[in-house]
Amino acid sequence: MQLPPALCARLAAGPGAAEPLPVERDPAAGAAPFRFVARPVRFPREHEFFEDGDVQRHLYLQEVLMQVADAPEKPRVPAFACQVAGCCQVFDALDDYEHHYHTLHGNVCSFCKRAFPSGHLLDAHILEWHDSLFQILSERQDMYQCLVEGCTEKFKTSRDRKDHMVRMHLYPVDFRFDKPKKSRSPASVEVPGDSGERSEGEAMEICSEPVAASPAPAGERRTYSHRSVSKLFLKHVLNVCSVLRILGCTWAAALLILNSER
Amino acid sequence: MWSRRQGRLRPTVCGVEELRRRRREQEPRDLGSGRPSHARREQQLVSKRLLREDAPEEAGEGCVAAILGEAEVQQFLRQAQRGTEEKEREGALVSLRRGLQHPETQQTFIQLEGSMRTLVGLLTSNQALLQLEAARCLHELSHSEQSTIAEACLPATSYLLTYLSGHSSDFIELCLYTLGNLIVESEAVRRQLLPQGIVPALAACIQSPHVAVLEALGYALSQLLQAKEAPEKIIPSILASTLPQHMLQMLQPGPKLNPGVAVEFAWCLHYIICSQVSNPLLIGHGALSTLGLLLLDLAGAVQRTEDAGLELLACPVLRCLSNLLTEAAVETVGGQMQLRDERVVAALFILLQFFFQKQPSLLPEGLWLLNNLTANSPSFCTSLLSLDLIKPLLQLLPVSNVVSVMVLTVLCNVAEKGPAYCQRLWPGPLLPALLHTLAFSDTEVVGQSLELLHLLFLYQPEAVQVFLQQSGLQALERHQEEAQLQDRVYALQQTALQG
Repeated sequence: MQLPPALCARLAAGPGAAEPLPVERDPAAGAAPFRFVARPVRFPREHEFFEDGDVQRHLYLQEVLMQVADAPEKPRVPAFACQVAGCCQVFDALDDYEHHYHTLHGNVCSFCKRAFPSGHLLDAHILEWHDSLFQILSERQDMYQCLVEGCTEKFKTSRDRKDHMVRMHLYPVDFRFDKPKKSRSPASVEVPGDSGERSEGEAMEICSEPVAASPAPAGERRTYSHRSVSKLFLKHVLNVCSVLRILGCTWAAALLILNSER
Repeated sequence: MWSRRQGRLRPTVCGVEELRRRRREQEPRDLGSGRPSHARREQQLVSKRLLREDAPEEAGEGCVAAILGEAEVQQFLRQAQRGTEEKEREGALVSLRRGLQHPETQQTFIQLEGSMRTLVGLLTSNQALLQLEAARCLHELSHSEQSTIAEACLPATSYLLTYLSGHSSDFIELCLYTLGNLIVESEAVRRQLLPQGIVPALAACIQSPHVAVLEALGYALSQLLQAKEAPEKIIPSILASTLPQHMLQMLQPGPKLNPGVAVEFAWCLHYIICSQVSNPLLIGHGALSTLGLLLLDLAGAVQRTEDAGLELLACPVLRCLSNLLTEAAVETVGGQMQLRDERVVAALFILLQFFFQKQPSLLPEGLWLLNNLTANSPSFCTSLLSLDLIKPLLQLLPVSNVVSVMVLTVLCNVAEKGPAYCQRLWPGPLLPALLHTLAFSDTEVVGQSLELLHLLFLYQPEAVQVFLQQSGLQALERHQEEAQLQDRVYALQQTALQG
């Protein structure tokens, strides 16, 4: 199939429409037995016209899914410990550390050190656990927000909220991020690694009852700036990690570099 | 930009034939409507089956994973849950994951009481690496083609969705692929995921800056959109969310366009558009304009020979444009209908040439768009003539009967606009080409040739003489007994003889 040479030039040139030639139809054109009518064609989903293209698509997906299913080769580095105070987790792969950091130190409540999978859940926790204004308001109006992304319903009690999440959103009754509060000092650090009496793994929690002992005025709620400090730390650490990866340095060599810069 | 795809594509010749063979075995052709039932679903199942059959031989760790018995599964779970050493716990889950590559182990796992509960507990633990390995185990289970296995994973879905709003991009990517796989296998899973808020979760997640996350999200969304209940139960809420705008953003050509991501979202758009739920809404979001510009970009990429995997993106873009052009809303958008730009025709022909050389099976899709562009547009018909594209179009006639019919249809679109158009079609290669197609045995090809001849004779009567001189009557006679053709053959014979 040979295209005219000027075609590429036309593509490269600016937009524009051809001045149409005059249209002049003769009624005999559509007269029987001839039946041609110019019309755009629509193909609905599942139409067999799509078979060939769909086959190509599925072959491509096979390739992608196979790459995802094979666990990635993690580049290893000499073992190093997480630098966050109180965390003594040790790693030998930067990807592992990254996941650990995001999971355990990324959304941490500065009041009680509990970690949450998302900022959304952390915010809800802080409100419901550590904000005395919330407690006051909740006596008069519905304050317990549904935890499901996109749902704006609010409830009088955490119990009502749980019922809503189970009934309307088909969430499990024992959803781990909506457990009642355990009686434990809010200042205790969750140290990963102490298995102790943990049954199915300590989960991050939002509780349904507030900690009466720590009256944090709404203005001070922003002391969960631990999160933003963590984010800055994370940025610094991960930037260093990225640079190291690119340079192919070992962790020890990197420390040498950092130390020598001081 | 496009060459990045090269490494991911493998020779697919054997795979294609295998897929087609299985598809035809499974697919009960409904000759009445011509619509194969369950065709798309079966294809998806077939794709997954091929994936899992290859995997054990490809286990890269040097040993082939063994099928695990009930006792072993229990032991690994217990070790993961209660082991004292971090590495020991992680190792137990790795061993479990390898075993779960086997369907037998998957069955054993789900039949074991408390196994999913334990796995979900590990998935939600504060031990990040255990969490990751538990998610990988779940991902293995999601590869199963048994809907019972997918349904056994139901207790985990609320957590998978919760983790989509986290920050660990690798983990989010894994959760998305897992969700996508589960969505394919079971309507029960989809029935749970919708009230659990999968659509808002995806709408939030689509703002991630990570390319791998976006690609995974596109995959999961594309699986959701292919569900049989999607037009009624899923697409309306997706159209009501911010997802369409984000999807279109990711299809805008420019330095930020990522091919892998664009492919996924182009397919998502195709599934939405061909379901015909509310296409005017998408037109209102600028879908026509974005896709038109993307088409130009694709043609540019072909010219720069950065064409590896390009058809993966071209195919859904062509489909979206073609279907959108059938919407009445297209006419009322007014001056913003960018598809008046004749560069679209130029781009389309560049792509047709590319398909002709590399992927002839996609020629019908390109010609479909050409039909929809030219059917009601004197301007585009004029472009075909002024850009000298009739001859290249005729060169496609020998490819197949389907392609021939479509080429002839496009030519009819031009010819039916009247004498000014037919004058430009003759003299030239058109009449000889028509005499050639009249020799075909396929009724549809011949029928369309007769329609075109009729228009040519009507608007360009000088053509009749030349037709007669070149044994046109004999060519017609061949078909005068054919039921579907005889009326038209007779009418043309009369015209020729009177002319």
